[in-house]
Amino acid sequence: MIFKILLFDRYRDLAPQLVPLDYTSHPDVKLPYELIGSMPELKDNPFRQRIAEVFSEDGEGNMTLDDFLDMFSVLSEMAPRDLKAYYAFKIYDFNNDDFICKSDLEKTLNKLTRNELTEDEVRMVCEKVIDEADLDNDGRLSLEDFQHMIVRAPDFLR
Amino acid sequence: MPPKRKNNISINIEDVGMDVDASDSGSEVEARRRAKNRRAKPQRKAKRVSDNDDEDEEEEDEDESPRKRGRKKKAKPRDSEDDEEEDNRNVKRKSSKASRKKAKDESDEESEDEGEKKKKGASKKEKEENKEKGKGKGKGKQGKDAGAEKDKKKKNRKLSSSIEEEEEEKSEGESLSEGEMAALKEEVEEKKKLIATLRNKPWRMKRRLTLLKEAQDFVEKFEGALGKGKGRKLFAFKVMMAKKLIKLKRDFENFKTACIPWEGKIKDVESHFGSSVASYFIFLRWMYGLNMVLLGLMFGLVVVPEVLMGLPYGSIPRKTVPREEQATAMDYSTLTDFEGYFKYSILFYGYYNNERQIGLLKFRLPLSYLLVGVGIFGYSLMVVIRTMARNANEGGDGGDEGDFTFSWKMFTSWDYLIGNPETADNKYASITTSFKESIVDEQMNQKDENIHLRRFLRVLANVLILCSLGGSGYLIYYVVKRSQVFANMNKDDLTWMEKNEVEFVMSLLGLVCPPLFEAIAELEDYHPRIALKWQLGRIFALFLGNLYTFLFALFDEVNAKLESEKDIKNATILALNEYAANYSSYYNTTNVPPQNVHPADVIRGPCWETAVGKEFVKLTVSDIQVTYLTILVGDFLRAVIVRFLNYCWCWDLEAGFPSYGEFDISGNVLGLIFNQGMIWMGAFYAPGLVGLNILRLLSSMYYQTWAVMCTNVPHERVFKASGSNNFYMGLLLLVLFLSLLPVVYTIMTLSPSFDCGPFSGQEKMYDVVMETIDQDLPAFIGNIFVYATNPGLIMPAVLLMVLALYYLNAVSKGYQQANIDLKKKMQMAREEEKNRRNNKDSTNQVMKDLEDLLPNKSLIPPPAEEEPPPPDVVVDKGSRSPKVKPGAAGKGVHLQRDVSLAAPNPRDPVTRDPGPRRGPPENARGPQPGPGRGRGGGRGGGRGRGGPPRQYEY
Repeated sequence: MIFKILLFDRYRDLAPQLVPLDYTSHPDVKLPYELIGSMPELKDNPFRQRIAEVFSEDGEGNMTLDDFLDMFSVLSEMAPRDLKAYYAFKIYDFNNDDFICKSDLEKTLNKLTRNELTEDEVRMVCEKVIDEADLDNDGRLSLEDFQHMIVRAPDFLR
Repeated sequence: MPPKRKNNISINIEDVGMDVDASDSGSEVEARRRAKNRRAKPQRKAKRVSDNDDEDEEEEDEDESPRKRGRKKKAKPRDSEDDEEEDNRNVKRKSSKASRKKAKDESDEESEDEGEKKKKGASKKEKEENKEKGKGKGKGKQGKDAGAEKDKKKKNRKLSSSIEEEEEEKSEGESLSEGEMAALKEEVEEKKKLIATLRNKPWRMKRRLTLLKEAQDFVEKFEGALGKGKGRKLFAFKVMMAKKLIKLKRDFENFKTACIPWEGKIKDVESHFGSSVASYFIFLRWMYGLNMVLLGLMFGLVVVPEVLMGLPYGSIPRKTVPREEQATAMDYSTLTDFEGYFKYSILFYGYYNNERQIGLLKFRLPLSYLLVGVGIFGYSLMVVIRTMARNANEGGDGGDEGDFTFSWKMFTSWDYLIGNPETADNKYASITTSFKESIVDEQMNQKDENIHLRRFLRVLANVLILCSLGGSGYLIYYVVKRSQVFANMNKDDLTWMEKNEVEFVMSLLGLVCPPLFEAIAELEDYHPRIALKWQLGRIFALFLGNLYTFLFALFDEVNAKLESEKDIKNATILALNEYAANYSSYYNTTNVPPQNVHPADVIRGPCWETAVGKEFVKLTVSDIQVTYLTILVGDFLRAVIVRFLNYCWCWDLEAGFPSYGEFDISGNVLGLIFNQGMIWMGAFYAPGLVGLNILRLLSSMYYQTWAVMCTNVPHERVFKASGSNNFYMGLLLLVLFLSLLPVVYTIMTLSPSFDCGPFSGQEKMYDVVMETIDQDLPAFIGNIFVYATNPGLIMPAVLLMVLALYYLNAVSKGYQQANIDLKKKMQMAREEEKNRRNNKDSTNQVMKDLEDLLPNKSLIPPPAEEEPPPPDVVVDKGSRSPKVKPGAAGKGVHLQRDVSLAAPNPRDPVTRDPGPRRGPPENARGPQPGPGRGRGGGRGGGRGRGGPPRQYEY
């Protein structure tokens, strides 16, 4: 039984004063992003803010318990690949326009490399990515393009 | 490993187990009780009490479990339900009315009611995508409460009803009509299917999904309580085991990775310096593994047996330091020269005794010595070639690889399991490095410039390098010649310079040439990876000169030793004869007892094998010293100076002239390779050398990783090492072959020393093999051996091998060609696919022109023959619905067609660029939803996704 409670405990541990122990009455509790982002699992993730935003209902990174559970279930390795791909797409789609466009790519790249690359290099890489993955030549990646590319990736297991 | 993953899986697993168990135990208890009741009707009263107790307990249980479920709804969502669901399905087929008999009509009715309720609620929820969480939850709770109530009711009923069993049976038959049952079953079945699919493609927000599923869960629970027996438990157990197995497997993988020595260190280096530098360390590790095996062979079969079973030190002359050396035998300077006690120790060839069999085991040490000496080469050869072959295989498979290099790097390189800032830092570094590597590659691909100039410069560079190589070769030759002249002169007449001329010139060349080559290589402007190979090859050629001089000097020494040995041998024999003659004439007897001389005083030969071994050991040691000192001074001291003098210097030391050192890949790799060559050559004459080398490699691993990380800076252009370091392996193979030659030569042609080593007394070293064959093996093996060594047999064998080689080579060429063709095809297919999606037609110019020529009949087969046209036609006109993604069908992407989660997709390639090229929309085409292939019009539009004209329709 103890394991069932584990995730809830994790959630509650983030802010014991905010989250009641008894959840049967479904209090409307939200944890702010600052708390979510400070979890050890996310703390060092360059995309933590995006992850929190994508999974939170309000898009601001504030999470209810349900959002929290959502996040964990998608990030768990039991989640199906397509679901993962879908959420990965969401995460990389910084401006929420349902396409990964150049600016999204640049943001991703800069987060990944901590701005270590020069502008030229960033531009080049982004062009290359679009060139590689964009199957319909509209200059940005749709979910389809993204999935097409990502399911072939050897590392895409998370 | 970060905890997240583990937590999750443990939750999942436990969920399965716990959940199923809990519900199982419930039903089991019931069943048991029922049975009890039946059996013990007479003692009903007594039982009642205990039953009540039971009931209480159970009630508690049930009160508890919904609460928990309520709290933890989501943590246990899918797996358990799936399991239940699936096994339910299995069981259900069998679960006929018989199982149902036990169930009460009430509960069935109730279940029906509730099932309906739930279904309604569920479908409602499905449809409305608004976020009424509270409501949903309320509903879920309601359901739960109801469920609990029902359970309780059921229980009570059971108690009471167990009294009237007969009635029960009757009522069952009455209340449940078959149709109802079937309907119920179907309903439940349907829901289960829904649950199952939802688990796989939960596009909706999961909250809704879990609520939905929970509702299903309860519906399903009715069934579950009714028709589940042992099979269910077994199934749950199986599922649990399967999951445990997965976890175990992954843990094992982790464990295996953790078992790879220095993996962390190498990854560390790789993340900061790129795969090229890491490739050196990987090579070093590989070398370490190889040498461990060599060490095992050498020590296990030669050194340890001699130590354990051979005669102890001081027993015979070859194991004793001679009298005149004993005074200085323990001096530091003597020991560092590997004279004194070291020389007469287990480390060297001379120490081993030539007794045929030693110890209780009758271990044939001389034979073992020879076989190990040869076996080391055999094993190394095998391993190197096998590694090369494997690497070649690995390198060849990357058919798909080139397609998405950057995309994969971009989207999949972050490891979401990282939960430690230091690891994260490394990961950042490694991602940056790998991006830089790929960028360099890409830049090289894109570069196109004056090819003639480039060619000219490359030829020029090669000429220059050939000149300098030739020059240094001549210089070496000249110096060696001179040194031979000097060697014949009196040592006292020579100046220091003349004595050490060879060493001086060699080290000077080693110092000057590599940077010179590097400078010249600038002209060529190769990709750094290729440049590294050239550099390696050139320095290798230079080092060969080094090797040549060394071997040359060595053979001179050996020849001199052999000469003096002959003299000493003759003198000894003469002395012995004299002694015998004197003794017999003095005592007047022919029975001469052996001379009683202390082993230290015996006259002994120079033992050229030990001398050779000593040379190799000395060389190895000095190499270690030089390498380590270079790192200490050239890298560490430089780094310290640059770092700290920078505060008070007139220019920027870090960015300006001295700067920090770069890791010299080529130098280090070649150093390693040549060192290994020394080991191979020297191991036969100095078995201890293998152990020494292990120490060197081990310390070098730690020392160099440290030095790299703290004193060096990454190369300016970090480049990716080629997937296989077969180039290193190739060089190693060459060196192996080169070092094989002298050793085999000495074994086969030179006669071993008469008074030291395992082969003393033999004419040739390989005679021990002959001896063994003659004496210890049955005669026919000797015969076989004789036949096998017959030239008449060897020649055909060689011929056969050559033929096999030729055949295999041809086959592999064929495969290679096929491989290339396939790759090309794949590339074409990809291009094609891309073009098909490309509405700008830019890539399809030829096709377009041709069609322009024939405006009415597109005789050219359309590029997208196999694309299913119908949806496009509908969508064409802009009436696209978000639910249908046109063209998804033709993509071969198995993406979920259930797109409602993805926002309406505004992109439709066809509408984006209607393209003047499209044939005018013909009558049948426009508004009407084309009935697929039967569509009559649309013959104009050839390309793109607009329905391609199908010739057979005309």
